[in-house]
Amino acid sequence: MNLTLKIWRQAGPRHRGELKTYKVKDISPDMSFLEMLDVLNEQLNARGEEPIAFDSDCREGICGMCGLMISGEAHGPEKTTTCQLHMRSFTDGEVITIEPWRANAFPVIKDLVVDRGAFDRIIQAGGYVSVNTGAAPDAHATPVPKPNADRAFVAAECIGCGACVAACPNASAMLFMGAKVTHLSELPQGQPERAARVVSMVEQHDEEGFGGCTNVGACSQACPKGIPQDVISTLNKDLRAALRG
Amino acid sequence: MTSSRSATTARRSTIGLKILMAGTGIVFVAYVLLHMYGNLKALAGEEAFNTYAEHLRTIGEPMLPYGGLLWVIRVVLLLSLVGHAYAAFSLWSRAGNARRTKYAAVKTAMRTAWMRWGGVFLLLFVVWHLLQFTILKFSVNPDRQGVNVQQNPYELVVASFQVPWNTLIYVLAMLALALHLSHGTFSAQQTLGWTMTSHAYRRAKMVGHAVAAVIVVGFLIPPLSILFGLIK
Amino acid sequence: MTDTTTAPVNAGIAHGLYTEGEPIADTKAPAGPIAGKWTQRQFDAALVNPANRRKLDVIIVGTGLAGGSAAATLGEAGYNVKVFCFQDSPRRAHSIAAQGGINAAKNYKEDGDSVYRLFYDTVKGGDYRSRETNVYRLAEVSANIIDQCVAQGVPFAREYGGLLDNRSFGGVQVSRTFYARGQTGQQLLIGAYQALERQVAAGTVEQFTRHEMLEVVVVDGRARGIIVRDLVTGEIETHLADAVVLGSGGYGNVFFLSTNAMGSNVTATWRAHRKGAYMANPCYTQIHPTCIPVSGEHQSKLTLMSESLRNDGRIWVPKNREDCDKDPRQIPEEDRDYYLERIYPSFGNLVPRDIASRQAKNVCDEGRGVGPLVGDFRRGVYLDFADAISRMGKAAVEAKYGNLFDMYARITGENPYEVPMRIYPAVHYVMGGLWVDYDLQSSIRGLFVIGEANFSDHGANRLGASALMQGLADGYFVLPNTIRDYLAKGPFDKLSADHPDVVAARESVESRTARLLEVNGERSVDSFHRELGNIMWEYCGMERSEEGLLKAIDLIRGLREEFWRNVRVLGAADTLNQSLEKAGRVADFLELGELMCIDALHRRESCGGHFRAESQTEDGEALRHDDEFLYVAAWEFGGGEALGEMRQPVLHKEDLVYEAIELKQRSYK
Repeated sequence: MNLTLKIWRQAGPRHRGELKTYKVKDISPDMSFLEMLDVLNEQLNARGEEPIAFDSDCREGICGMCGLMISGEAHGPEKTTTCQLHMRSFTDGEVITIEPWRANAFPVIKDLVVDRGAFDRIIQAGGYVSVNTGAAPDAHATPVPKPNADRAFVAAECIGCGACVAACPNASAMLFMGAKVTHLSELPQGQPERAARVVSMVEQHDEEGFGGCTNVGACSQACPKGIPQDVISTLNKDLRAALRG
Repeated sequence: MTSSRSATTARRSTIGLKILMAGTGIVFVAYVLLHMYGNLKALAGEEAFNTYAEHLRTIGEPMLPYGGLLWVIRVVLLLSLVGHAYAAFSLWSRAGNARRTKYAAVKTAMRTAWMRWGGVFLLLFVVWHLLQFTILKFSVNPDRQGVNVQQNPYELVVASFQVPWNTLIYVLAMLALALHLSHGTFSAQQTLGWTMTSHAYRRAKMVGHAVAAVIVVGFLIPPLSILFGLIK
Repeated sequence: MTDTTTAPVNAGIAHGLYTEGEPIADTKAPAGPIAGKWTQRQFDAALVNPANRRKLDVIIVGTGLAGGSAAATLGEAGYNVKVFCFQDSPRRAHSIAAQGGINAAKNYKEDGDSVYRLFYDTVKGGDYRSRETNVYRLAEVSANIIDQCVAQGVPFAREYGGLLDNRSFGGVQVSRTFYARGQTGQQLLIGAYQALERQVAAGTVEQFTRHEMLEVVVVDGRARGIIVRDLVTGEIETHLADAVVLGSGGYGNVFFLSTNAMGSNVTATWRAHRKGAYMANPCYTQIHPTCIPVSGEHQSKLTLMSESLRNDGRIWVPKNREDCDKDPRQIPEEDRDYYLERIYPSFGNLVPRDIASRQAKNVCDEGRGVGPLVGDFRRGVYLDFADAISRMGKAAVEAKYGNLFDMYARITGENPYEVPMRIYPAVHYVMGGLWVDYDLQSSIRGLFVIGEANFSDHGANRLGASALMQGLADGYFVLPNTIRDYLAKGPFDKLSADHPDVVAARESVESRTARLLEVNGERSVDSFHRELGNIMWEYCGMERSEEGLLKAIDLIRGLREEFWRNVRVLGAADTLNQSLEKAGRVADFLELGELMCIDALHRRESCGGHFRAESQTEDGEALRHDDEFLYVAAWEFGGGEALGEMRQPVLHKEDLVYEAIELKQRSYK
């Protein structure tokens, strides 16, 4: 198939960027989206133009490194990561617009590459259980009811790709944060720090410049792991409980 | 992680603002449902409607002065409005700042825009509505003017909604309100953390749609009945 | 047994490919019975006064299970830690992609498991090419890992009673594998990542993301720091410390196509190798049989599907070549060759990974492969669930394998409930790596190596669910105890960035980077990488022969020479430049590839993941030669100053001593 690509090119964090148009030919429907970009990059390299910078690592949908806004949809038209999106989801002759995640908290580094360090800092603010190595009791000391363990797992599936922020009309990171809060709040191990954790993480979230939540659920729809919106409910409830003291 | 990060900052956080928005929103939902109930009294005729309007003013006497409860309600509503609008505009501006470079191609949910611009429209509507029925009490019907109309709530209502353009404003406003409440009612429940299971989540969505449906129907029955001459 | 040649001199030496040096005399394991060695070592290792710890700087490269857990633990202990990763966050490390599970000798199922049994299984699974002392310790600390991870909030699968669930994995007869659906690696890594971020917040660990290590600084025989490139600004930075730990993962990407992440590379360990760290058993490569086949020339990586699929799927190819492009559903039963069931009637489709892989290659080489033609070959075999679906029902198959089937459907666009899946082996893990002693210290003092980056505890073949175990064992429990013995001698003399050795290291990085940009030839980095991968896969893949390996060495040398003459890397050094990053990595792969071939050539036996065509039984089974090759091959860099230059490496043998376990030849017939 032949495609027209409009791709955001930006030389560096302080440069102005613009959409540039490229044509690619003979794309196999079995290629992944990123392999299609690899092909384009090889062509650019051959004609002496600098290849397009984009992030990817595992290319099997789990590391969370890749992420592109594809014709207005985070990770494109399928519910999966960009690396697991295949060209058979597009039609011959289609015009595809490719942009980086847009959020002030995710500044563009180059072309389609953004800095998601804000997510690390939100986790640093409290997204953990304070237990030193070697200080752990036997793993069977505390049984965890299966429903709680299952919900914790669903929330813990977050891969930190940032699609929720990219898709949110407010560039809010509530789904990311809600997933971590829910993961730890559902488990007995997470209880001692439950209140302090949520207060601290929410404060960091706001400090990073993410927007607030309007509960429209664009985040969950874009999430390649299908993290449900109800994790934000848990986040809200935990914060309210923390406020009551 | 330090618990010394005080509750004050948490209250001013985006979630704190959302909780304020949810709480004040629920006040409005409750008030609007009551208001709708009162309006439906119009179907029972002039006497029932005017007695109801008068009763609103005498309720609580002699503990409260004449019209006292009404003023309490008005103060609560005013404070809620200030809180609701403050939270809304703060979050709106935060959201604007959170994404200064916009997407060239967008396919995002329209509901957020609806809530915001719809909210602004509703605010303007409320001003119009209060001027018309509470503060200035003027009739927009050239055929029915005078002090009798202005001093008689039932007369004023009937006179006003016999005017098609005026009724149209109310129809549009009620549709906007329905859209606002169908998401807003759900959203408030989500913000208050009442939707932590998928069952509760679906229920909250349903409650939102139900409130919206009840309100749009309940509020539009009296004006449309007047417009089409079922009530005179 | 067919043992066709009896070479008096090793072919590698005969061809002047390497020389032999002094054997390695001591691995520093304490004396005494095997069960007491680790306790003894922990007691003997010197302690560091808590007040002194913050004066000791430790650099850790890599943030996977090994590096991440080590950084968190050393940070908790109070050392001054700097941790580096090339990705944008420590949470991206490729440990995250491990699906199956993590072994631990907890014996929660009361099915006869024990530390000794896990130890025994691991040594046997490694085809008796691992070091007994290290493996025993691994089994010993395995139980602590589970306790630690549960305390961190890792959501392992649980039973209805609320206790942890276990399953049996990779053909072992006890249920000792803990898992979190198909995302065990992810959950364990996030646990380590959160522990690490907690230390970053506490100020004990400083985190450098998008930084790539390009050189190790060695002063007076000790590792004293690293040179890194800030991948965003392009700045070359010097970081000095009292000890350096490499947890930079494996080098499977030397094959271009592998299940590794795009960025996985050998650069950190290869740079250390060039500075004097021995590289051990580099030819031991694990090839995983159940991956999704290559779909075309554009393929950038391969995706693994859990081996558990072989429990219910039946593997076959058509008996006749003419049927290879037919719809498999139209091929009648009598024209199908269920070759694993035919050759190995007792184990059938559940033969070990290496056998399943090699037989798949054999049938495809015969021209009976299926799927799209890539080049001149069809590289795929059917993994058919039709029988399983008619036996168990579609719902049961879906419950068991649904997520794998979905993944397959997403990647191939085919529905595996209707059409048989196609699978093909792919490089998955390398058992080889930098040589380390019992303390995980390399042959450079102060340079420690953990996780897949070291030559590890897996011998010639790794058992399923053991990689996660080793990474976390090294990082949480082993390294923090052994490194303190080294650090107790510090802090070492304050080193200035102007020290001639530091300056030299830095300048070599700068000049190499500049050179990569200057060549400005005709060919892209990827095209070199792809060609190297083809050579490695063809001659140093599932089956290796003297003839093939000699040819490969020639080809690699030619390719390396061309690389430094004809590579094209565009863009600048002072900005994010992904081509430049790749170029540096591929340059190192081009050197590693040659050493792998030399190692494979010198080891004229078949063991675990290393199969030499010349060393097999009449039935085509791997044949070990314990009399000749019961040792770890630790290679010393032979020198070479010019870019891409490698003189003859020097082989140091570490004899493997089996005291607790008796050597056996394996058989799966």
